[in-house]
Order: sequence, then structure tokens, then C-alpha cells
Amino acid sequence: MDFVPVILTVITASTPLLFAATGELITEKSGVLNLGVEGMMLVGAIAAFAVASTTGSGLAGIVAGAAAGTAMASVFAFLTLTLLANQVATGLALTIFGIGISALIGASYVGFALEPLPKLAIPVISDIPVIGPILFGQDFLVYLSFVMIIAVAWFLSRTRPGLILKAVGESHDSAHALGYPVIAIRYAAVLFGGAMSGLAGAYLSLAYTPLWAENMTAGRGWIALALVVFATWRPGRVILGAYMFGAITILQLHAQGWGIEVASQFMSMLPYLATILVLVLISRDKTKIRLNAPQCIGKVFHAAH
Amino acid sequence: MTTQSDGIAGNSSEKGVSTGTPLLALDRITKAFPGIVANDSISFRINPGEIHALLGENGAGKSTLVKIIYGVLGADSGTLSWNGAPTTIPGPAAARDLGIGMVFQHFSLFEAMTVLENIGLAMNDQRDMAALKERVIEVSTSYGLPLDPDRHVHSLSVGERQRIEIVRCLLQNPKLLILDEPTSVLTPQEAEKLFETLRQLSAEGCAILYISHKLDEVKALCEAATILRGGKVVATCDPRQETAQGMAELMIGQKLTPTKRDAGEVSRTDRIMVSRLNMISEDQFGIDLREVSFKVRRGEILGVAGVAGNGQTELMSALSGEILNRRQPDSIRFDGLSVGALNPTERRALGANFVPEERNGHAAVKDMSLADNAFLTAATRLKLMASGLMRHGEIRGFAGKVISAFDVRTTGVDAAAGSLSGGNLQKYIVGREILQEPGILVISQPTWGVDAGAAATIRQALMDLARRGCAVLVISQDLNEIFEICDRIVVISEGMVSGARDVDAITVEEVGLLMGGLHDLADAVGSKGRADG
Amino acid sequence: MVRLESRGDVSRAWSLLSPVVAIVLTLISGVVIFSAMGKDPGLALYTYFVQPLTTAFGITELLVKATPLVLIGIGLSIGFRANVWNIGAEGQFTIGAIVGGGIAIAFHDSESFLLLPVVLVAGVFGGMAWAAIPAFLKTRFNANEILTSLMLTYVAVLLLSYLVHGPWRDPDGYNFPESRLFPDAAMMPVLWEDSRLHLGAAFAVLAVVAGWVILSRAVIGFQLRVVGQAPAAAKHAGFSQNKLIWFALLLGGGLAGLAGVAEVAGTIGQLLPSISPGYGFTAIIVAFLGRLHPVGVLLAGLIMALSYIGGEVAQIEIGLPAAVTGLFQGILLFFLLGCDVLTHFRIRFGAPGRTKGG
Repeated sequence: MDFVPVILTVITASTPLLFAATGELITEKSGVLNLGVEGMMLVGAIAAFAVASTTGSGLAGIVAGAAAGTAMASVFAFLTLTLLANQVATGLALTIFGIGISALIGASYVGFALEPLPKLAIPVISDIPVIGPILFGQDFLVYLSFVMIIAVAWFLSRTRPGLILKAVGESHDSAHALGYPVIAIRYAAVLFGGAMSGLAGAYLSLAYTPLWAENMTAGRGWIALALVVFATWRPGRVILGAYMFGAITILQLHAQGWGIEVASQFMSMLPYLATILVLVLISRDKTKIRLNAPQCIGKVFHAAH
Repeated sequence: MTTQSDGIAGNSSEKGVSTGTPLLALDRITKAFPGIVANDSISFRINPGEIHALLGENGAGKSTLVKIIYGVLGADSGTLSWNGAPTTIPGPAAARDLGIGMVFQHFSLFEAMTVLENIGLAMNDQRDMAALKERVIEVSTSYGLPLDPDRHVHSLSVGERQRIEIVRCLLQNPKLLILDEPTSVLTPQEAEKLFETLRQLSAEGCAILYISHKLDEVKALCEAATILRGGKVVATCDPRQETAQGMAELMIGQKLTPTKRDAGEVSRTDRIMVSRLNMISEDQFGIDLREVSFKVRRGEILGVAGVAGNGQTELMSALSGEILNRRQPDSIRFDGLSVGALNPTERRALGANFVPEERNGHAAVKDMSLADNAFLTAATRLKLMASGLMRHGEIRGFAGKVISAFDVRTTGVDAAAGSLSGGNLQKYIVGREILQEPGILVISQPTWGVDAGAAATIRQALMDLARRGCAVLVISQDLNEIFEICDRIVVISEGMVSGARDVDAITVEEVGLLMGGLHDLADAVGSKGRADG
Repeated sequence: MVRLESRGDVSRAWSLLSPVVAIVLTLISGVVIFSAMGKDPGLALYTYFVQPLTTAFGITELLVKATPLVLIGIGLSIGFRANVWNIGAEGQFTIGAIVGGGIAIAFHDSESFLLLPVVLVAGVFGGMAWAAIPAFLKTRFNANEILTSLMLTYVAVLLLSYLVHGPWRDPDGYNFPESRLFPDAAMMPVLWEDSRLHLGAAFAVLAVVAGWVILSRAVIGFQLRVVGQAPAAAKHAGFSQNKLIWFALLLGGGLAGLAGVAEVAGTIGQLLPSISPGYGFTAIIVAFLGRLHPVGVLLAGLIMALSYIGGEVAQIEIGLPAAVTGLFQGILLFFLLGCDVLTHFRIRFGAPGRTKGG
């Protein structure tokens, strides 16, 4: 059995999850719960596809995807941070809206074909058997996803702005009393999350399957949210989780080839069931959650002036 | 020498330590919130190196005023001058730049982070963490407030957490240090240590603005005092030359009638019996109760003295039934019945009532009406429901009775609990429990954050209740309160409870030592003077 | 500079006004969107919101669409009041349809008058069972019910797909992925001749009444409200948080299951791969639009049903894509959430006062 193609497909399946979870990690660390990841991903996907299709440039598509995700996130930020709306309801609204608007714009792009993103084929090195294609033959976004999570890990553990971000999520009242601009910091965190979700969507429509289909994220945004909980808000675990889920998602594609005779729908259920299992396992440990979860997550912050 | 001030122009009645430029001068500072004028044309001065008290009862406007000085809030009008020059303080960073440091009553700490990280976050500029660590150790030890920079805040006691707040300020070389009710979380001995630190600072030229409503402390520590009442300055004086009584009357604005503690009939029947209660706290950062034992008799008020964070919350939850003790249900008995495995509703059915520490969100729901809040605890005993439905008429009737019996200032039974002032809400909550005529009442922090008038009403009501045969357990951080209304006292420290002593047979110092955790004292001394327990 | 100042209390006027303002703003957005798409905005608005109401059939269709929205919405609104976020109503709807439909298919030769009640009860239990999973996971393992109930929705839809493509495929159906048609004995009686309006609508009205009784009079409704606003107070009052979580989820699941089985046994008549245009999710909006109040949910259900019908009519008459409906719903919820800020805060102009030098 040739593992290399399997591993390659795992990487492609995991990359969108890694992007989205990285973004949501920063958002939640600042104390904001954004349930609109699914919607932001879809909008990112259609924006990327539409722009790449029209301009012929994959890079333009990627930028468009990130920008679209950021735009969606800014609506969420405005409603929850400035107008103090309930974060859960607003996140849901964002998803419903995202599904709708992406379907609307995407209607004219169904059935279009697109050149997948080029792999960064470094000559010679990427011809090394096994590790060659895996480590050096990926497209730009895959490398970017790793760069981002490593950057986020470094940001949170080693920099002062990262410490401030964590403080804001831990206790927004204390951070405010110390003079930190809680709302501005949260805006930045939410917009970053939006950009990442947009990139996740862009990856789906430009590289994973270079086409557009309504609702093509199929719940990945929700899985990314569960991932952040599973990772107990720590970047290292996010990588692990994203790749675990990517592997499970891919399972169904390879199952038939491996002679596993189960109806395709049941294989498709696996990622969702796995998400539930993982959530249950992690949520049981209340101590770990208490020590790592940003205490202010989901709470509205309003400073008296 | 006291002068009454109408607060218009600053008067020059300082005792004359320094007649040079005052360090901080406030002139007609005014700040209003919806429905209340918190600061009304306030003027006063602080000189360099002076220890200046800001006195006033809860709700007088002290916290608002210092938040304005520290830049957290902006005044609506008035002038603030620093070293003679009028200044604007747009935020805490600017205040720190001027040399103003503030230790809040509610700490601005991040529990999941270390001491060093917490201090680092309070500094204005980028700091080399290694150098900062050195400075933290150096400063904290030299001022008698030792800190270990690598410990996580959640593992520290309340007194130790306060040190972080103070050291944060000291690292910035403040010229003015503001402390808001600092000793409410300290044992008497820790408070004395704090005073030494403050005197050391004052001698070095740092002015101290000391906010408190504890007059004996103010008399011991401060050279000057400004008294606020209802948002206005009503007097400026030298506390060393005033009587506590005199200052209290200025704070309240009327003659004080001390609550009368009636020795009354205390029978020998135990109504609350706690024996060898052990309980693990539900909170990761909480305190476990260990071998807690005490008894409360019919007609008696037993006080549980202790500084916050020593297991009071856990004790309250164990007694109210919010946390069950199925393994040792006999460890708590009410009127002889084992209640450890009973939930709050079942305990109330037996004639017990409870008032937890936190009125907002625990004893009452702030967005619900007073009538609805009455139903929360009175439903079973007063039969306020029938076949699963609420009896709205009866509920409103009961709520109305509570309002009139306890003089609760409100628009009516439909008013939202959150619309009442702290004192009025507390009166309503206490009244709700007392009017159910309990045989057992457990109440925690009965007058925390409550104005003096309401506090007096509540304390008198508790004593009257005891006289009617109820066994009352009062958990309080306010030693004065305990000595005022309780018959006997136990001390809680780190989840353990000392033996009971008659209130007349123990001094504040001894209580302080017990709070600090010297249990040998209780065992050694207590065997001589113990009433029972 | 504009800033928000706390009112200190909830403004009742704005509680009622903000849905109205939100609807108006959504309509204005509609004008903008239609114009951008090159359609005549006036005509589009008319086709969307007015035309469906001009015929008796249109009104019955409105009620048909409103039925599942109101049924599910009542269940969700009670749950949301208790801070129990059942986002998986769509899945519970689906399982209700599967279980009830399964019985109807199994007894496809029966003419017994007992068949329909059994089918309905089975549907309710199906929905409740599916909601029991997140309830169990939350009370026992502290697992977030938003994610668990939502994951189960995907599982439910996949299960339905498997069944209609496989074991339950109609043997006389020319290999289309659909189940047998349900027997007449398992079909909901029609309330209005020549329409599709069925008994489900009556159930919806009953649900509104029951919801009102629960929330305003019943002790359990009070407990649900307290646990949603102040869990510590609920614990102090002796309310069992676990029991209330179970109640909220089972109620929501049961009503969603009822909606599901009523939809397949009333409107559709068989099981198909797709039996819902997202009722379970739209019902979330219905709950919010209705201020989590039973009567509000009824009105909101009618309005949202109109957006579905209007979307279908507009698709046929002026070629508006179906996705516009979802877009409108999302926009409406946004405006609603935005306007809601005014129930707790008021707007103030000008910078807050600062101590001035000199």
C-alpha cells in the first residue's frame, strides 16, 4: 500500500481546518466566541473562487478570500463589540448569512472549472521519494498554514502583545482597569480570525477541490470550533487536532480502496461523530479547561465612561 | 479641629505640616451617573508625604472620586491640579506617568498568570522580564511585602494578592499612592504590617490617599481626613484629634443609636450541629473544608470570623445544600436531623433559611422582579405554588410584606431587583428570609457594601430573630460587626474552624492571630475560656 | 463621538419596537439588493411579501410553512431562555421524520385509525431521543450542546440519505431515492379543502398556548428563566440544573420531531433526501425575532414563513435565485441583534466629561 498519496490527501484535508482553528484560537483567546466560522469560510471560498476565475490569478483569489472573511468578521465585531449583541446569536446569524450570500453569489459559478493552485515544486528536492512530495511539494497555502500556527504560538507565549491578548481574555475588567483598550484588541483578534477563516475557505475552493458548490464547507467550520476546545486553546494541540480530523475526513475516500464495505453515508458521518467524541473527552476535565480557557469567553464587555 | 466645608472653595484648614504647593488639588469635581450624582462639587488637597484619609460610608462617592483621580473615569466638570499645575488625566497610563499609583478594592489580577506576568502587564513600557523579576524581589522584600514572581496568582491568598497590587504601584516610584479599602481582606496583624509599609512610604515623601470606613484604622494611621456624605464633602479634620464617634456621625449625618445586644435567653438546645465536616471545594482555586465542627444554640448568634478566601463560600454552600455531602450526611444536623444529603429546598422545608454573600446573581436575580425573587426561596415554606403553577397573588402579597416590614425603598413588587440600591436589595433579601420565620438562619456578609442605615436595620433584625428562638450563624469579614451582634465567635482559616469562644472572652488581637492560622492558640487558650463547641 | 450609556433597566418599549425596526431595515436592504441584481425593487418586494397573501391558497401555504417554524420555535425559545442552545433542531426534525415515517412505511398496508397517532407519537419520541444525546453529554460530561447537537444534525441528514437511497427505497419508485408513499391512514387530515393545510397547524397553535402557560405560570418555566439568567441563584433556590437542561432539550427535540413527522406525514407524504429547507435553523431566527415569547414566536413564524413562500414565488415569477431567502433571513437577524442594543443602552453624543486643565 502506498502511503504517500494518502498522506498527501490528509494534508489537503487538514489545511482548511488548521487555518480556521488558528484564527478562532486567537479570537477566543481574546475572550470572544465567534460561531460564524462556517459562514466566513463559505464567503471566503466563493470570493476566492470568483476572483480567481475572473482574473485567472490564484494569488488574487487567495487575497480575496482572506479579505472576504475579514469583511464578514468585521460585521460580527461591530455587532458584538460595539453594539454589545449576544455573541452566540450573532455568530449563528453570521453563519446563516454567510450560507445565503455565498450561495447567491456562487449561483453564477457553479460548474466552472479552475486550475488548482500550483504546487511549490522545488526542483530535485521534491523528487526525493516519500518525503519529497510530502514536505516540499505542497502548494503555497499549506506552507502558510504552518507558518501561521507557529507564528501564533510564538506570539502568544513570547511576546508582550500576546500576553496582553491573553490578559484581555482572562479578565477584561482587570485589563480595562490597567488601561488596555479591550475593545480594540478584540476587534483585531476577531478580524484576524476572519482572515484565517477566509483563507480556509479559499483553500477549499482553490486547492482542495477547485470548484464551487453550495455549502461546500460541509460543517468544517463547526469542526474547527470543536478543535479549539479539543486543543484546550493551545497552538500545539491545534495542529494535532487539525490533522487528526483531516485524517478522519479522508478515511471515507480511501475506505473503498482498502476494501472496507460500508455505505458511504456512514463513512461521511465519521468526522462529526469523532468531533462529538473528542469534545466529550476534553470537556470532562474541568481543571484543564479552567486553567486554559479564557475566562471571559462569550461575556459582553461594557466599560463605564 | 474640624471644619465644616460647603465644598465651594478649598479651605485652608490643613494642620500645617506643609503649606507649600499641595501635591494634588481637586476643585469642584462633579460626576453624575444615570439617577445619581456620585460626586458633587468636591474639593480637597493632599500634601506631599501626607497620609490622608477619604472617609465615607458605602455609597458616599469615594470609589468614584479616586477612579477620577486615577483616570479610569472622567469627571463631568471641575479641575484637577498636580503640583500646582492644572492637569488632565485621560487614563490610568497617564496617571501612572504622573506618579499616581492605585490599589483597587477589587484586584485587577489575572488568576491564570504568574505574579511576574501580572506585574509586567501593569507597567507602561516594555520591560526586560529578567530585570523586572530582580526588581520585584528587591522592592517587595524591602517594603515588607515579599513575593515570589513565578507563582501563579490563583495559588495565592487574598492578602498575598494585595501585595502584588501594592508592589505593582511601588515599582513605578509613586508620589501618590491611593488605596481603596485595603484592610477589608486582611487580618488585624496583616493590616498592622501594611500600616508600617505605608508609614515607610510616607516618610520617603510619598503621599497616601487612604479610603476607608473603618474609623479606628484611620485614627491610627492618618494625619488628615476628608469626609464625604452623599457625594459631597461635609468635613475636613485631623483624625488623631477626633473621636471615632464624632467622625462616624459626620459620615452618617445623624446621631448614632448603637444596636442593642440583648444577652437574652440562650437555651442549651443545639439547633445547628456541624461535626467534622470535610468537603472538597468545587472551584479549582477554592479552599477545602477540613474537620469543621461547631454548634449554634436556640436563641444564639454565632459569628464565623475570617478574612475572605478561607473557606467561607464553601461553608455557606455546604450549609445551604448547594453542595451535598452524601458520604457523611451526619456531619451537618439541623434540629437533630441529618441534612448533609438534602438539597436546599429540602433544608428550607425543615425551617432553615440562607443568605449567601453575593446578592447579585446568587441571592437574587437582578433582571427579575422583587415578587419573582421572593418566590425563589419562599416557594415551599409559604406554599406559593399549587400543582406546578405559581400563585401570583400570594407571591406578590408576600413580597409586599417584606418591602414594608423592612423599609425597602423601591417602586413596588414589580421593580427589578437590579434597580434597587445595594442596601435596599440587601434589606429585601434578608427580609425575605426572616419573614419566613426560620428556626435556623445562616447568613454570609450581611452588611457588605451596604449603607449604615440599612446595615443597622439588618443587624437589629438578626438580633430580634435570635431572641425569638432562632439559631443564627453569621459569617462575616467585619470584626466590628461580629463583636457587635454575636454571642460567640469561631474563626475560619484555610478551611479549618477554631473552637468557639464567648465574644466577651476574646480580644480582637486573639481573633487576628486565629485568622492568621495559629490554631495551637485556640487549643491552648480555648480550653480555659471556652463556652462549648 | 457616539457612545452607549447603560439604561440600568430593560426598556420595554424597545423590546417590542426593535423587531419592527429590524424588519423595516431588512426591507430597505431588500430594495438595495434587488436593485443591485437588476430587478425592479418595487415589483420584487411586492412579489416577495405581498403577492403570496393575495390568494386563499397563498395563505394556506403560508400557514403550512409556518407550522414547523412555530412548533420548533416554541421549543427553542424556551430552551434559549434557560441558556440551553439547541442548534440541532434540524437534526431532531429529521429523526422525527425518520422514526415516524419508518412506522408509516412499515405498516404501509394498514388502514387502522390508530396508525396516524402512533406515527405522530413515534416522531415526537424520535426527536426527543435525538435531543437526549446532547442533553446527556452536557449534563454528564459538560460537553457544549451547540457543537454536539449541530454535529448530530449532519449525522441525521446523512442517515436519512442512506435510508432513502438504500433499505427504504421505494421498490416501485423507478430507482429514485425516495421512500414509499405513506398510506392514507398515516397521513395528517387536511384542515382546508384544496389546500395542503393540515392538522399540524392546530398543533402549532396548541404549542403556543402551552408555551405561554409554561413560561408565565408554571414553576418549571420560572426555573428555566432563572437558570438562564443566574445559574448560581438557581442552584441556591434548589433548582436542579441538570433536570432543567434535560427538560429544555427534550422539549425542543420533541417539538422538532413533531414538526418533522408532521411535515412528512402532512405536506410531503413520503421520505426524501431533503425534507426541510432549513426549518431547524430558521426557527432559531424565529425564536429571536419573537423575543423568546410564545406569541412573538407565532408572529415571527408567520413572517419568516412569508419569506420562504415569497422566495418561491419570486423564483418563479421574476427569476430571483432561491438563495436570496437565506440571505434575507441572515440580514434580518443581524438588524434584530443590532437594534436590540437599544433595549439595554441608550445612545449619547459627545465625549464623556474629562477634567480640564485651567
